[in-house]
Parts: sequence; structure tokens; C-alpha cells
Amino acid sequence: MHEITAPLKSFRIALLGNPNTGKTTLFNVLTGLNHRVGNYPGVTVEIKKGSFVHQSNAIEILDIPGTYSLAPRSPDELLSVELVLGLNPLEKVPDALLVIADASNLERNLYLATQAFETGLPVILALSMVDLATASGVKIDFKALSEKLGIPVIAIHASKRKGLDELKNAIVSLQTEKRMPPVPVFSQDVISNRAKILGLLGDKGSLFLAGRLLFETDGFLAQQLERKLSLSLTPAILESREALKSLGINLVSIEAKSRYAWIREMVQPCVSKPESKVTGFTDRVDRILTHKVFGMFFFFLIMFSMFTGLFVLAKPLMEWIGEAKNLVGQGLESVLPDGMLRSLLVDGLLEGVGGVVVFLPQIVILFGFLSVLEDCGYMARAAFLMDRVMAKCGLSGKSFIPLLSSVACAVPGVLATRVIEDKRDRLATILVAPLMSCSARLPVYVLFIGAFLTEGYGWWFPGLVLFLMYGIGFVTAPLAAMLFKSTILKGKGAPFLMELPVYKTPSFSVVFARIYEASFSFLKRAGTLIAATMVLIWAVLYFPYVSSTGENYPERIAATENKEQQDALLLEWKKNSYLGRAGRSIEPMVKPLGWDWRIGVATLASFPAREVVVGTLSIVFGLGKDAQDEQQLLEILQKARWNDDPDQPLLFNVPSALSLMVFFALCCQCGSTLMVIRQETGTWFWPAFTFIYMTGLAYIAALLTFQVGMLFL
Amino acid sequence: MPTLDQVPIGCKGIISSIKGEDATAQRLMEMGVIEGEPFELVASAPMGDPLEIKVQGYRLSIRKSEAALVFVQVS
Repeated sequence: MHEITAPLKSFRIALLGNPNTGKTTLFNVLTGLNHRVGNYPGVTVEIKKGSFVHQSNAIEILDIPGTYSLAPRSPDELLSVELVLGLNPLEKVPDALLVIADASNLERNLYLATQAFETGLPVILALSMVDLATASGVKIDFKALSEKLGIPVIAIHASKRKGLDELKNAIVSLQTEKRMPPVPVFSQDVISNRAKILGLLGDKGSLFLAGRLLFETDGFLAQQLERKLSLSLTPAILESREALKSLGINLVSIEAKSRYAWIREMVQPCVSKPESKVTGFTDRVDRILTHKVFGMFFFFLIMFSMFTGLFVLAKPLMEWIGEAKNLVGQGLESVLPDGMLRSLLVDGLLEGVGGVVVFLPQIVILFGFLSVLEDCGYMARAAFLMDRVMAKCGLSGKSFIPLLSSVACAVPGVLATRVIEDKRDRLATILVAPLMSCSARLPVYVLFIGAFLTEGYGWWFPGLVLFLMYGIGFVTAPLAAMLFKSTILKGKGAPFLMELPVYKTPSFSVVFARIYEASFSFLKRAGTLIAATMVLIWAVLYFPYVSSTGENYPERIAATENKEQQDALLLEWKKNSYLGRAGRSIEPMVKPLGWDWRIGVATLASFPAREVVVGTLSIVFGLGKDAQDEQQLLEILQKARWNDDPDQPLLFNVPSALSLMVFFALCCQCGSTLMVIRQETGTWFWPAFTFIYMTGLAYIAALLTFQVGMLFL
Repeated sequence: MPTLDQVPIGCKGIISSIKGEDATAQRLMEMGVIEGEPFELVASAPMGDPLEIKVQGYRLSIRKSEAALVFVQVS
């Protein structure tokens, strides 16, 4: 099955390894960030493909997601197995496997290698973290291990670029000399029953696959293979299992026991461990960092620093981006003639691009923090400390940091869910992350609390209301997660078993690569969609620009010098625009919330990005689009009457101000978040679901707030 | 015989068996929690759950619900 006679064939290898082994670093260093993401329907994992040239040999690498075992129990895990075995129709079978293993924890890391040994492909073993092993007194004789296993064993330190040439040479020399790995030993009964299943698999078979079918008790793999390869396997598998059971063999434990026993036999002659266990650096640090009191203190200290950093460092950068955007806008306005093209470029495209770039500081800073925490080993401790709390809403400790990050902004928060291995947990976290009150909601809270909940109340009152607004997210998000995990995302996930890796100095190249990847993938995939949405919203606020009586608004605004008249014309234009008409037509829907059509328009216009609401309110309350003074807007809101009619009552009272704030707290008014959810889940279903459930929830909550509030008024 | 969630912090011993035949038991064993292996219960998280154990020379965070499936022999 390897004879593919293409004239310019590159050598294909699949890279396998446990999590925390430096697999991604090795992949990045080998391919030099020269990679792309493979597209496989129906799965949420990202599988990267890269390539490099060594001694004029083209090598292609497929980066298989980090895993402890090639035992598929979900479509994502199945894809990894299919790619390794060449069963996926979209990829050819690899020519060899490269397994990376953590030398400081060799036995457990080799478990995956023993599975790779059964695939029938040549295997190269790369050992990382040799320095950590040496520091803990473990000595590995690489040459002896290589001889014992009969395959190349190469010590590497990818971020310091050590051992890479040797590794590349070994890969290249596999093209001419195939050194096959040894086959791990099972008992004779297992071997004979495995052979029976192997016979049924035909040319798609391998010892590994036959063994998997025999050991996998939940039947997922068998069902999938039967469907994909149109084979009948289940009767033979069940028969073999019964035969083994009757011999007193426990099918659940036999695989792990045999593999670990075999690993020990291979490793023992080649590895020397210290006689007496010295208390390592990690043990000493962990005594503090996972301590009941100090550990929690340190955890909150780190979270606090991360947040302060996120707000304090990102704010000036975001302001610079805003200023740069204004400068470009002014430049365009001075060179372009007044008209639709200028408006499209300045108010549509530039706003759109600016609206994308403005997220970058937060993404870069958050991922800088997160990748340092992840790479030094602290992230697993944070998840360990917070697991109990998160377990109460059906999630695990790994969901805590993405949710907390969403208080700054849900976009990096959703991206940060990549650390969550369990698919359902990750999805539940993504779905509830936008409920956390992000920084873009703050201007709305500040404006309305300032206008309606400050004067005549105690000095502490505005702060309390603001706190409660944030509290809405902190309470609703876990409740929603609990609801999703017990309904649509119900099911027994993988048990929460998490390795607590050894502490080490974070590597600059790893941190840089993660920041680069998060920013780049955001810009490339979500960014284009966000910019497009902003242009769309510009269009529905621009068209039609001629009224039914034939008045051309942009021309008339340009013709007049009077600012008040300009603002009045702008208001009339926007009222007449498609969005304005939509806002007026939904008035019956927003009236029970205590809003008139103007609030309806401002809310509709802020669906792509809630931060535009203050600007839109300025327009619909007749202040023009660049109201410099927020105080002015605040006073106008206080005095505003229903439908601008002096005989009508005041538009806002405490219940309607609260209903608006509650609506903004819960509603999914962020196109960027939805696009990132689309990017991360690979389907339009989940962003649509998020939008519908959040908007529905916001509407009901705002309705209750206003109606219940009116009872007390 | 006690299970892993019942023994005190700092306790060392040998894993004697894993209860169950499902994917959870299988996952535990893949991670090296198999009969005959020495273990050490290192710590518990601030609210008592999850637990941190040392097994196969590395540290593993395991929830009490899964630890309850692991029968151990205290040395």
C-alpha cells in the first residue's frame, strides 16, 4: 500500500505525542511557521500540515493533536487515528511516524509509542525535556534504547534547535532504509484473537487497528469502521471477546497492563533512576502553589495581574488604534470628494477594519499571559484549584480562565477555550462566554447609571448597580452552562484526568508562536467577516439616501453650514434608512421593554458591535454622529420624551433604564464573537444558536425588569 | 479495601484494582493507573476535590468520583 509512483513525491510523516511534550514547538521549529490548517468536515480539532526541505528532500508533516492514547471515542479522536493509519479519504497514508516523548516521564509517554509501533509504519522516537530528566537524576542511554527498540531515538531540544539536524537526517534516511519498530508483546490468546480480526480488515488492516477493535469496549470504533469500510466486524469481535473472557482475561485492563509491562522491559536496561527520591523543584513549588491558602492567594494574585495588565496595557493601544483610524479617516475625507464612495470607505470599510484591529491588543496581551502560564506549567495548577467550583456547573477547572478572560472581551475568551480537551465542556464554555460582561458593555452601563441612577441616590449606589450589572454575567453564565451540559450537551464526557506537568522556564519561541497564531487566525478568518458585517451595517444605515419626496440627504447636509440643521437632517435620513425603518417597525416589540423606536434603532444598529450604541444614540437623539460631550447626551436622555412629543411622558425612568442595561448585559450584540465562535466550532449552527438564545434571554429579562419595575413605581 | 478517595493525604501504597469496564476505567489505565503500580497521594485542591497523585513518576489530577474507582493497598 506504500507504492505510490508519483514523479515528485514528498515524504510524509505524521507527528504524534502526549500533551505537554513540546510537540507543537517541534512542529513550529521544523516547519518554520510555514503551515496551513487542514480542513476536515465534522470535526472541531485543528490539524496542521507543514513542510520543510532537508538535503533537497521535501518532507511533509501532519501534526496530530496531542493525545495520551490512540483510542478513538469521539469523531475528533477518530480523525487522528484515521490520519495516522491512512484511512481518511482526504489524506494519503503517512510514510512514517514521528513520536515525540517526554524523557522525564518516559514510561507513560511511551504508551502512545507502543500503539504507533503496531501501525506497520516505520517510527522515529524523539525525546524532549532531557534536561529536566537529567536534573531529576534520570540518566537515559539513548544508544542502548535505540538498539533495544531497533529504531532511531534522538534527543532534541526544539526551542534551542538542538538535535534537529540529527532528527532530519533520520527522517531522510528512512526513505532508503526502513527500520521497522518492534511489536509490543501480548499474551498468545490475545495475539491469536487479534489475528482473526486482522483477517477481516483486509488491506486496511494493521495490528494496531485489530487490537483496538478487540480492546475498545464501547463499540464506537467498530461502528464507524463498519460504516466507512462497509465491513461486518461486530460478530467476530464479540466472539473473540467472549473467547478471551472465558479464559479469564480482563479485556479492559489487559491492554494497559501488557503495554506498560513491555515498556518497562524495554526501558529498564537503558535508564538509570536515582536510588533515593530527592524532593524536586516542582514538589517544593507545588507545596505553595497548590496550598489551600497560599495557593489560592497566589492564584488570585495572578488573575488580578492578568486583568490589570489586560485593561491597563490594552487601553492605550486600543486608543492609538482609534486615533490612527481617525487620522486615516480624516486623510481620506480630505482627498476624496464628498459622496457615497467616501462614506463607504470612511464610515463602512475603515470602521470595519478598525473594528477588527482594535481586538488585537487584547488578544496579544491575553495570549501572552496565557501561553507563559501554560508553558511554565502553572495553567494545569490553576485548573486544579478551580475544578471543584467549575464542576458544580458541569464544567472543569479548565473552563475558568476562558470565562474570566471574557470579562475583558469574549473574543480572546473564546479563543482561550482551546485548552479544554473535552469537546462538550469546550462547547459549553464557548456558548456561555459571551454572557460575561465584557469591557464593551461598560460605556452603556456608565451612561445609563450616570443618567438615571446617580442623582438622588447615595454615593455608593452607582457602584452597587455597576457591580450588579457585572454580577448578571457571573451568575447567568454558570447557570447557562449547567443547563446546556444537562440538555443539549448532555453525555458522559471523558473523565477529568489532567497531568500536572513539571515546572519549567517558559520558552520565548513557544509564547511567540501562540500569540502569532491566535492573532493571525483571528485576523484572517474572523477579521474578514467582521469587516464585512460592519460594511453591511453601514449600508443599511446609508440606503436609501433619497427620501420618498425626492430629498437627497447627503447633498442637503453638504449644502448647509448650520450644525443643528445638519444634525436634524442626519436624524431624518437615519430614520428613513432601512435600519431606521426596521427600528420603527419593531416598536411594538420593544414597547413592552419601555423603549421607543429610537432605542429600538440604536439596539438594532449595535447588534454587530455593542460599542457603537453610544454613537447611534447620539444620532437618533439628534446630536449628530460625533457628539463630543457625553454629558450632553446624558442630559438629552434624561429629558427625552416618548416619540419626541412634548406632550408625552418622559421616555426613561428607572425601570426602562434598567431594562436597557439588562438587555445589553445579556444580549449577543457582537458580530466578532459570533465569527470567532464560527471559526472555533467550524459550523454556523453554534453562532446562530448563541445569537438566538442570548437575544431571547435578553428580551425576556429586559421585559421582566421593566414590567416588574413598573409595579413598584 | 479502601479506594483512592478514602486514604489520607501523604499516603503511599500500591494500586490493587480498577472498578468498572467502561471508557473511564480504560482512560485511567492508559494514564498509568493500573494494578500493581505504586502511588502517592500528594495533595488535594482547596475544596478537597480533585486529588493530586503521583503515579508512573508523574503528577496526575484526578477527581474524587474517579478516585473512588481505584482500590488501593496502603503500605
